[in-house]
Amino acid sequence: MSNDNQPELVTVYVDDREVQVPPGTNMIEAAAKIGVEVPHYCYHPKLSVVGNCRMCMVEMGMPEKDRATGQPVLDDEGNQKIMWMPKPAIACATKAMPGIRIKTDSELTRSCQEGVMEFLLVNHPLDCPICDQAGECRLQEFATDYGRGYSRFVEEKNVKPKRTVLGPRVMLDDERCILCSRCIRFCQEVADDDVLGFVDRGSYTTLTCYPGKQLENNYSLNTVDICPVGALTSMDFRFRMRAWFLKETHSICTESSVGANTVVGSREGTIYRITPRRNDQVNDTWMADSGRERYKQVEAKNRLLHPRVDGAETADPEAAVAAASRLLQGGKGIAFVGSGRCSVEEQYLFRKLADQVGAKSRALVSRVSEGDGLLISADRNPNVRGALVTGLIDELPGRELSALATGIDSGELDTVVVYNEDLTAAGMTAEQLDKITVIYLGTHANPTSDRSQVALPTLTVFEKNGSFINQQYRLQKFFQAVPGPAGAPGDLRTLAGLLAGNGLQGHPGIDDVWEEMSEAIPAFSGLRFMKIPSGGLPLEVPSRLRDLPYAEGKTLHYEPAGGEPAAV
Amino acid sequence: MAAKERRIILKNIDRPGYGNDIDSYLEHGGYEMLKRALQRKPEELRDEVKASGVRGRGGAGFPAGMKWSFLDFKSGKPIYLVCNADESEPGTFKDRQIIHKDPHQLIEGMLISAYAITAKLAFIYIRGEFPEGAGILERAIEEARGANFLGANILGSDFSCEIYVHRGAGAYICGEETGLIESIEGKRPYPRIKPPYFPAALGLYMCPTIVNNVETLCNVKHIVEMGGEAYAKIGRPGNTGTRIWCVSGHVRKPGYYEFEGGALTLGELIYDVCGGLHPDRKLKAVIPGGSSMKILRADERFRGKDREGNEYDLGLEDLVLDFDGIALSGSLSGSGGIMVMDDSTDMVEALANVSSFYAHESCGQCTPCREGSLWLKKILERMARGQARLEDVDLLKSVADQIPGRTICAFGEATAWPVQSYVSKFRDEFIAKAEQQAAGRTGGNGRSAEQVRLV
Repeated sequence: MSNDNQPELVTVYVDDREVQVPPGTNMIEAAAKIGVEVPHYCYHPKLSVVGNCRMCMVEMGMPEKDRATGQPVLDDEGNQKIMWMPKPAIACATKAMPGIRIKTDSELTRSCQEGVMEFLLVNHPLDCPICDQAGECRLQEFATDYGRGYSRFVEEKNVKPKRTVLGPRVMLDDERCILCSRCIRFCQEVADDDVLGFVDRGSYTTLTCYPGKQLENNYSLNTVDICPVGALTSMDFRFRMRAWFLKETHSICTESSVGANTVVGSREGTIYRITPRRNDQVNDTWMADSGRERYKQVEAKNRLLHPRVDGAETADPEAAVAAASRLLQGGKGIAFVGSGRCSVEEQYLFRKLADQVGAKSRALVSRVSEGDGLLISADRNPNVRGALVTGLIDELPGRELSALATGIDSGELDTVVVYNEDLTAAGMTAEQLDKITVIYLGTHANPTSDRSQVALPTLTVFEKNGSFINQQYRLQKFFQAVPGPAGAPGDLRTLAGLLAGNGLQGHPGIDDVWEEMSEAIPAFSGLRFMKIPSGGLPLEVPSRLRDLPYAEGKTLHYEPAGGEPAAV
Repeated sequence: MAAKERRIILKNIDRPGYGNDIDSYLEHGGYEMLKRALQRKPEELRDEVKASGVRGRGGAGFPAGMKWSFLDFKSGKPIYLVCNADESEPGTFKDRQIIHKDPHQLIEGMLISAYAITAKLAFIYIRGEFPEGAGILERAIEEARGANFLGANILGSDFSCEIYVHRGAGAYICGEETGLIESIEGKRPYPRIKPPYFPAALGLYMCPTIVNNVETLCNVKHIVEMGGEAYAKIGRPGNTGTRIWCVSGHVRKPGYYEFEGGALTLGELIYDVCGGLHPDRKLKAVIPGGSSMKILRADERFRGKDREGNEYDLGLEDLVLDFDGIALSGSLSGSGGIMVMDDSTDMVEALANVSSFYAHESCGQCTPCREGSLWLKKILERMARGQARLEDVDLLKSVADQIPGRTICAFGEATAWPVQSYVSKFRDEFIAKAEQQAAGRTGGNGRSAEQVRLV
């Protein structure tokens, strides 16, 4: 056989095209490897295989072997004879074996696909005009690709429950459900919250929640994502925007140091939803419900929309930056408090500014809580490791900013620059803040910004480009989905302004920051922002950083350090 | 005159004075074969069953010895034996007789089989509609335990085995062996996909499992008694042993009859054994193996070549009664439920009845069966109600053609085969009905829609 040289791969054939895959790969994945889509509903790469939708049926053949000798049987021209099975096989449960073949477009395959499509549609309400799934509905898509285009069904359709509230975030329309059981398997296998199931029988089978229970776990909206039809809809998103109008922007979830990869859906400057983006090294195809709500911070009531100097709003950001620069120049003991929610680029410039003005201390606000073992880690800051790599901090942040408090109380510190954090929530008192000059950079107003002499508005993760380093020391980038408030010029520009105000020109954009960082930081050697792959880039960092006692416990695709270095 | 019944399994059943208690059973040599089996090695017993050639009596007719040989003995996991007593196929009522009237025969057959496949735990999955049978089995198990035929160290040997009765909740699909396994596990009886979940390797609780029909397991006792080779001499090659035929429908003496494989023809069974049809009726059709099997038309000819290459040209009444004999007709002997229909039968209504059953019983797991079965039912009920359209005849066939071979389990065939066969073999009747209804828009057979009652 041809695969003798590569024992780790087997050769299979999809429509007579050779594909090399690891043995045991299912034929949907094998076909996908050469860009051939085998239509399917119930199969999901991250869930168990049940084979119930029958949409992936294909004609399947095996190389014929002589039963007695085991030798390959050849045809007249000396080619391997293929024994084509009279019955179709489901590609999802057909494992790659040497020489196995499938036909994804043969007469038998197409007849199976047409049959299944017709069956799926006979009791479907066909309410696409009012269905949220329209535009991203597998039923719609495959009906177009594989359906017969007209209905032969003249009977009455089944009637099932509509608008069933499954939980605080998920709504169910049973008439649209094609009973693929993806959501049930997700709850059992991923969320470990087995609350969904089928009741009744045959075509009257109905998806429902167990009596007395709700689909309310923090991963419930993943069922909406994986629902191939419009049966499960997000109560936050339904009826708000047509899927095809959404601009999709790659982003990173800021819920925790997991750094789930996401897609932000926006239209005309408004974000409508956040959905997970597949990354098999980080979050598979999932994300937490809480992370999906994060877009609401963009239009939150306490958003800082304009710079403030001495409590008064100003329309001139540059004047505000100049005012802040003057305060920095007048400061005798300056402390910098950075944020684990800031991007790598911002942390780098912030540190640089601290060095430039001769800051006496640099700190980071810790945000440690309990992890859920899945996609929310114990460290709720998405980018503590960025602060370590950029040198903004040298050790893990403590629970409280006690050194800062001591410095203020002793009079050693008279100025503090706070980046998007609330010091009163980090152990400082309002009286302590009143004793000093506070320069605040941040997205939202808080007790600290209220007490600041200068407050400079910054942008949320959805309004700028940047990168985070997650718990695996994976550098991941996010992009601007929507424009920021008119009064906020952008974090990097604000920081560059402060640097310039203190005698250091340069850094107008993210590429310039990266050019400098790739020189200054060994882990970023040779890197540019645009060079970071969409799936992220595992960084090589010194063991001094790797071996720190991080807060994270085990999560999906992450084993905490301790014996083993943090997995990449 | 037809061959005489040869009662092996039914030997004591209906014998005057024979009860279903252990005393009756012991009086008639009960549990002697268990004693004898325990003296032998399990693999010897498996060889006997293989040599006997006994085929599964549940419906598919798969050789039981070969099924046993697929067992994964090396997995290190426990091996389970499951008796399929979910006799649910309409027209089949043989296992019920054994359970009700000779339960110890089944228990002895199971214990011998469990010993042969080294199972320490066995289940009897009995359909929910057999509450009396479940009670009888429970009592029989207690009796057997009292006599140390069951439990720890059976009859002083190293072999220990427990049998549990598990009652179904009223679903036909629980008779499908992997659905049955799921049901024992406490889940919805959704049949499993094969591959990878072949019970002999990944069965009950993902352990190697053998699921056999009641009649099959009873046969094991007699195979041990006679020896596999002697058993193989009963009946015809490939159709060894006896079979119990359940005859129902338009015959004068419906009932269960046990014959050696190939001992008589279908015609002899109907006319000689079952007393023929009612006066002034003509044979119209026969379903040879339970309602899911393809129907046979009384006047059709079955032509082709058999396995030996001999040409044959047979009428319905010439079909030899066993697995291979019935198979020559293109249908199957299935679970042995022979349903006879005379010329008073309206084929549209008969099919509506059958399809209604399969639509009701489709588990709903996989698409073609779930949606196809109900669609077929809806069309047929509409036709029976008097709303038939001419195009429905081809539509029925076309919808049914999209089901078999494309589902997780054989239920797809069960729901499609009746429709395919009725419609193609009685096409003229379906068309006539549609035309008649279109002309008058009255109900079937000239009755009004309200008069056509569907079961």
